[in-house]
Amino acid sequence: MIGIYVHVPFCLRKCPYCSFYSVPFSAENSDAYVEAVCRNMERYRDVGAEADTLYFGGGTPSVLAAEQIWRIVKTCREVFGLKNAEITLEANPCTVDEEKLIGYRQAGVNRLSFGIQSADDEKLRFLGRLHDRDTAVKAVELAAKVGFTNISGDLMLGSVGEDSESIKRSVDALCALPLNHISAYMLKIEEGTAFDCDEVRNKVADDDKMCDLYLTAAEELEAHGFMQYEISNFAKEGFQSRHNNKYWECEEYLGFGPSAHSFYGGKRYCCPSDVKRFIESEIQPEIITEESVDSGEEYILLGLRLSKGISLDRVTQLYSPEAAESLLKRAKLFESHGLAEVGEDRVKLTRKGYLVSNGIIAELIDAVNS
Amino acid sequence: MTPKDKIRNFCIIAHIDHGKSTLADRILELTETVELREMEDQLLDNMDIERERGITIKARAVRLTYHADDGEDYYFNLIDTPGHVDFNYEVSRSLAACEGAVLIVDASQGIEAQTLANTYLAIEHDLEVLPVINKIDLPSADPERACNEVENVIGIPAMDAPRISAKMGTNIKEVLERIVTDIPAPKGDDDAPLKALIFDSYYDQYKGVIIYVRVKEGHIKAGDTIRLMAAQAEFQTVEVGYMGAKDLVPVGELHAGEVGYITASIKDIGDTRVGDTVTNAERPCDESLPGYKKVNPMVFSGIYPADGAKYGDLRDALEKLMLNDASLSFEPETSIALGFGFRCGFLGLLHMEIIQERLEREYNLDLITTAPSVIYKVTLTSGEVKYIDNPTNYPDPGTVASAEEPVVNAHIYTPSEFVGNIMELCQDRRGTFVDMQYIDENRVDLHYVLPLNEIVYDFFDALKSRTRGYASFDYELKGYAPSKLVKLDVLLNGEIVDALSFIVHEEKAYARGRRLTEKLKENIPRQMFEVPVQAAIGGKIIARETIKALRKDVLAKCYGGDITRKKKLLEKQKEGKKRMRQLGTVAVPQEAFMSVLKLDD
Repeated sequence: MIGIYVHVPFCLRKCPYCSFYSVPFSAENSDAYVEAVCRNMERYRDVGAEADTLYFGGGTPSVLAAEQIWRIVKTCREVFGLKNAEITLEANPCTVDEEKLIGYRQAGVNRLSFGIQSADDEKLRFLGRLHDRDTAVKAVELAAKVGFTNISGDLMLGSVGEDSESIKRSVDALCALPLNHISAYMLKIEEGTAFDCDEVRNKVADDDKMCDLYLTAAEELEAHGFMQYEISNFAKEGFQSRHNNKYWECEEYLGFGPSAHSFYGGKRYCCPSDVKRFIESEIQPEIITEESVDSGEEYILLGLRLSKGISLDRVTQLYSPEAAESLLKRAKLFESHGLAEVGEDRVKLTRKGYLVSNGIIAELIDAVNS
Repeated sequence: MTPKDKIRNFCIIAHIDHGKSTLADRILELTETVELREMEDQLLDNMDIERERGITIKARAVRLTYHADDGEDYYFNLIDTPGHVDFNYEVSRSLAACEGAVLIVDASQGIEAQTLANTYLAIEHDLEVLPVINKIDLPSADPERACNEVENVIGIPAMDAPRISAKMGTNIKEVLERIVTDIPAPKGDDDAPLKALIFDSYYDQYKGVIIYVRVKEGHIKAGDTIRLMAAQAEFQTVEVGYMGAKDLVPVGELHAGEVGYITASIKDIGDTRVGDTVTNAERPCDESLPGYKKVNPMVFSGIYPADGAKYGDLRDALEKLMLNDASLSFEPETSIALGFGFRCGFLGLLHMEIIQERLEREYNLDLITTAPSVIYKVTLTSGEVKYIDNPTNYPDPGTVASAEEPVVNAHIYTPSEFVGNIMELCQDRRGTFVDMQYIDENRVDLHYVLPLNEIVYDFFDALKSRTRGYASFDYELKGYAPSKLVKLDVLLNGEIVDALSFIVHEEKAYARGRRLTEKLKENIPRQMFEVPVQAAIGGKIIARETIKALRKDVLAKCYGGDITRKKKLLEKQKEGKKRMRQLGTVAVPQEAFMSVLKLDD
């Protein structure tokens, strides 16, 4: 079973920290866009690919009307089956009302992901969000009221004036809402964003502070029953994101829309970040980012993001028993410094290990290759 | 055959940057030895490094024809000499090939350390010294003062010295005329047994070693069997001739008084030592020319390829350099930290720098070099005497009865305002003050005895920075002096890094250890766990720094199926790792090894 990702490249306003592709929303553009997404899905009609997740990411997918979402879901269902599918839509608390939420539900959406970011109005302003705490609370409660039972919230760590107290307050506030999944990620100043300046850099948490905030947030979330399953993701039991797990478990997915990535048929490719071109092209243009994937490397690279870690048996299959042995040896070194845990057949990273996972992953990949 | 009274053999001596090569160029130009269109600035210096640094590394010679004011043609043999103390011996042999020396003094700077050192050498060799005041075009030029200095300090008449600008070409002809009138013609008996002095040699791919000689007595022609007296080797001469500006020009015979070259299918440059005497094997001379000595390296350093796979390339490159440089020595060495490399011996610091630079530039190698070392003389309790050029081989302190280190006589020429700074520096470098002389009211010559191991480090940089670049410096080996030496080890994460060990005076060990650990801390990036950096003598830790653990290096967001960034990061990490040396569990960048070579900020 594959996953389907639809990138909705429209926003009412660009958030100053965001580096994902988006353009200002306009009604006529969005109609042409929906048309193009459906047209591209149609190409797979006779291919026989079955999907069990559909994810609307962005941008701000909730700027689309319920009918537009309905059209895409309908096409997707016809082409890819979507049997017992998880259908997620990222939503901005400002862009939803009761009617719209009901519409999404009728269109088939069964999971919402709200970009709440913080329960503190000062930080929300700093982050350039259009909503305040009350709007976010109302939006989530409304979603629950109209029948959504699988709701996720995003939490941004380390923005202006953040300390462990404010983080705890935000976590507590989110946990008081009818949420069963929380993505908590550390604010990163991305190149080319409005935040990419010293003034902002000096205001947000530095690396050491950020690490402390991350550890605090993770503990606090687990105390509320949100168990960590990926570097930045926490869920109540049974509510992990099935779609996002596909990325980390090296499963296949097809992406539609400008800047959407695909991993299909052993290749990784993406559609250029150009909404006009996407709309005007009969078939969405694709740039191959990887012709043939190194599945061993990817397994380690992505698998170590997950709290269940990687299996040594699998490493043996992908490489060799010697490679697995060498990886184990290197992992034990990290274990002795509290950065990894080595079990019977598995290697996984601790939270401190996640924080330096780039280096550890490079080391472990080096270990299997040498 | 060239009439002896029309020959003038001379060299040009000067402090670095006083315009030696520029004057040589002007002379070449004026004698039309080189056509103007072929002129390239500083023709005699044909290595890139020489041209860039404005120094001469190898001696070189050229023959020029000058049509003098008296209507006669004169044959000039201009021998260019290296201007640096490292090559003192080569300089002395070049001087021995001449009857005269043109001494260039910078009109604005006056006499500097090498001016004096080289002039004394020239006087020692009974050369006629012809002073020339250069750079009179500079606004700061004070030719009057420079002439006074020459008279007062060196004690040779200079008031009528030509005042020139080699750069602008001013008064060059006057210099040429003075060479004709002031520098004596060579003497020598053409019919005596051959006696020729080797003052340079280099390897040519096609002809084998080409020897530059000054024929003192007798004559030589192609087909003669020659004997190199010190090397005790015989060869059949293939070709003799003189050095044109661009090419070698074969001639039938070379006679007493002439400067020229010999080829004899010699394969090993080690056979043609500078200073050796060439004679005719069938009709040898009674005794060789005086002054020959085998030069020995004074400074040693480990040279390793940054990329271990380039070991073979490094060896090939060193072998090629050695073809042209008999004073370079090297032998394989293995370091636990750096892998396979070579222990190389150099005449001095500049020589070391030049070799390293040539390896990097001409052979495109990335190098890691260890701290330079000198040869220590260690007497063991057993009575055995050992010479140690590699800290790794330093004997166990328990077995050392006494230790000695090489010391040098150092002269520092400086504007008097910096005397305090320099004395402080020399004091700090364990120097012993000998005396101080005023060259004029503003400048002094400071004479110190300094341990060589204190100047191989970063003395020159320290001197320059404390005198805003105004001081000049010259030294010669004095001998060995008793010393309290210890071996200082550096430990990373508890393990000794052999490549960072060095020998140091007991009193300086603590300060050096502290500075070294600080430097390493600055230059080793944070690792995934805390790494202690320690300095130790024997088993005793004397300094410690801690490289804190890296806390954050993570791509927190990995959504939308875009893992290209993750992959890019991984590639970056892999790339970075290549430039690192893995020492146990610690990854050490090349820069960290280099940073310990310059501890003085």
